[in-house]
Amino acid sequence: MSTYAAPLNDMRFLMNEIAGLKDILALPTFADTVDADTVDSILEEAAKFASEQIDPINIIGDRKQSPKWDSGVVTVSQEYKDVYKLFCENGWHSMPGDPEYGGQGLPNLVNFAVNEMWRSASIAFALCPMLTMGAVHAIEHHASDEIKKKYLPKMVDGAWGGTMNLTEPQAGSDLTAIRTKAVPDPSDDGAYRITGTKIFITWGEHDMAENLIHLVLARLPDSDPGLKGISLFVVPKYFVNDDGSLGERNDLICSAIEHKLGIKGSATAVMSYGDKIGAKGWLVGKAGNGVAYMFTMMNHARIHVGLEGIAVAERAYQHALAYARERIQGAIIGDAESKTTPKPILFHPDVRRLLMDMKSRTEALRAIGYFAAGQMDIAKSADPAVAKKAQAYVELLTPIVKGWSTESSIDITSEGVQVHGGTGFIEETGAAQYYRDCRITAIYEGTTAIQANDYIGRKTAREVNKETGDVGFTARALYKDVAAFADELARDAKLGDIGKNLQEAARALIDATEWAIKTYGPEPQVASAGSVPYLKLGGIVLGGWLLAKSAQIAQKKLDAGATDGYLKGKIATTRYYAKHWLVQAGAIAREITEGGPSVLGLDEPLF
Amino acid sequence: MKVLVPVKRVVDSNTKVRAKADETGVDLANVKMSMNPFDEIAVEEAVRLKEKGVATEVVVVSCGASSSQETLRTALAVGADRAILVDCGDADLQPLAVAKLLKAVSDKENPQIIIAGKQAIDDDANQVGQMLAALQGWPQVTFASRVDVADGKVKVTREIDGGLETLEASLPAVITADLRLNEPRYAKLPDVMKAKKRPLDTTTPAELGVNVTPRLKTLKVSEPPKRQGGGKVADVADLVNKLKNEAKVI
Repeated sequence: MSTYAAPLNDMRFLMNEIAGLKDILALPTFADTVDADTVDSILEEAAKFASEQIDPINIIGDRKQSPKWDSGVVTVSQEYKDVYKLFCENGWHSMPGDPEYGGQGLPNLVNFAVNEMWRSASIAFALCPMLTMGAVHAIEHHASDEIKKKYLPKMVDGAWGGTMNLTEPQAGSDLTAIRTKAVPDPSDDGAYRITGTKIFITWGEHDMAENLIHLVLARLPDSDPGLKGISLFVVPKYFVNDDGSLGERNDLICSAIEHKLGIKGSATAVMSYGDKIGAKGWLVGKAGNGVAYMFTMMNHARIHVGLEGIAVAERAYQHALAYARERIQGAIIGDAESKTTPKPILFHPDVRRLLMDMKSRTEALRAIGYFAAGQMDIAKSADPAVAKKAQAYVELLTPIVKGWSTESSIDITSEGVQVHGGTGFIEETGAAQYYRDCRITAIYEGTTAIQANDYIGRKTAREVNKETGDVGFTARALYKDVAAFADELARDAKLGDIGKNLQEAARALIDATEWAIKTYGPEPQVASAGSVPYLKLGGIVLGGWLLAKSAQIAQKKLDAGATDGYLKGKIATTRYYAKHWLVQAGAIAREITEGGPSVLGLDEPLF
Repeated sequence: MKVLVPVKRVVDSNTKVRAKADETGVDLANVKMSMNPFDEIAVEEAVRLKEKGVATEVVVVSCGASSSQETLRTALAVGADRAILVDCGDADLQPLAVAKLLKAVSDKENPQIIIAGKQAIDDDANQVGQMLAALQGWPQVTFASRVDVADGKVKVTREIDGGLETLEASLPAVITADLRLNEPRYAKLPDVMKAKKRPLDTTTPAELGVNVTPRLKTLKVSEPPKRQGGGKVADVADLVNKLKNEAKVI
């Protein structure tokens, strides 16, 4: 068993050198709140808490004591309860909240790094505060002051949990199929009565928090049958009296929890609303805006699910590395000494390759994630041009962070199992849990196909400047920058080989992008068939771009006399990535531009 | 009542250290550093004394390079009121020099109790607390596993070979903290954020009038010898023979 150690070196480097922490801390929003030293202390303390408190309970939720359901009540292990309590008491739960309701008002980038630690230590546990904060943000942005005052302080500090209720058995990726009903309360008190069944409700019921505040999408009578007929309601498990104390139980119950492949430490609930008289709920914002409200949080939620992919990939890498350093098996090819003085499997070239692959890909994913997280802060800049550009980057990168980090995490955790050999297939080693846990990340909060469709469509081929008629201008401009940087790096005496591979890869992405813009309108099915490979290409090239930028900065520091092994490592991992991943870009571009029709080439009856 | 707690910045206890190639010391380049774990316990005890209403102020002090400020901030984040850095630059600080520096700080601060970690996990010297008490002419109670302060006296339980020993000392006194004295808390996020705003004063050995020139010379620092591979013995007689004549242990 390994113990999680937050990769503080890489986090700090990316925050400072790639994501623009200095500029972010200088923004008026943050200038008085926090400085660089304090950010450092926060990272150190969070790292300690993640390693010592959360990491040890990950296995408990998965294999020793998963949440148990009995007659509507879900009980979690004492360890989960204890850590949750300490997590809240120590202010980590409230960290991302608005200072008005007890939060710390830190930059998103700092929250992002700290959240990576929670998710590396345990995705299942970290989902609980993540969902609560999602609900908090929805209420914060869209609900009335009365609702905010009533619910937010206790939700921000974690005393009450929050949940998001979108999915129904017949309404998964397609929310238009939602059937849950809301009718005005007969007493005419302004509230509504809600009836219906919601499924896949993460942490929909549990005993870590004293109350749960459910946000529920439902239809009002005679509403539009499409997305515009759906409204958002706040539906508490226990009613909250005017003095803040808890009142009677609402008419809602967790009717079952799911048996899942992974994230078994979290309770995934089936929620039944209104079996008796209708669950009482209050409208958030305006009727008919429910889905729009959910979508305002979509970038945030999706980037955070992408972060789960990054985090679990990191954890799987650390776990595999610890094993590869201690497991001795067989002499090392081409190393006569290893026959008499055994060396661990880390010295086998293919185990090296696996670990190098895990490490370099994880760092590439983290670089994109942190860059995007930083852009979310820069989007709050007072300079409208700067803010607009940053927001455009956030929009473009969101499907990549979500789709590509999570898809990659499935590969990376699988490589982690492979490093362990046969024991990796046995649950006791722990490698399998990361493989199982990450599998959901490519599905929930929009599947990879939905991300890819968003990336190739709304974010690229359908992005039109109304004044100039330019299409896909954000993507085109960014990839042009990538190509220009690659040209510069290709001339570098020490890193030229990396630059050359990035040049080719950037060219492939630009070609594929032009194809996508051209094809999307006339042949939408062909474009759609190539969308997931296109997402993969974008992920590979942009990850390579930020790694190469990192390597350039690292080389400059080394040339200036730095001796940090981390910097040398950054160059080595970037070189590996350039030789193993950037070289694939050309082939993937052909897959996208030439492969679409073959996807659709087999007539349906012949399947 | 004021409590002074000396804290030292040391290699993190989870780090695997290596000797420098030239055997002049331990390689500290780019190694994770943290507060000495026994000092964390000392800080925790001082903060608890304050929470119990026994102490009124907790002052932490660190002698070392300017990077020791981070260690002081860690102490401020768990409840120390203010901090003093004795900035010694890259000087090679030895226990007696540290004890003298602390005495000089103590003379200015006039604490009633000094709680130190029993030893630092980097050099394991276990000397500063004792030397400091001697320089001050104060009572010392080392290896404390329980501390009770009342009526100008301190009652301290210490873990000794045969069990527990309880001693009483008059104040002011120096106490050194052992592992089981308490379990240090995690810093709370709001306190981490506030720590930066708490006062941190800097002084130097020159200002304190202390000469920190080393008096001990390190001849070399080397890795422990590599373990040799084992061998098989033919029978019990062979084993006894080898233990007697090769290992010379019986």
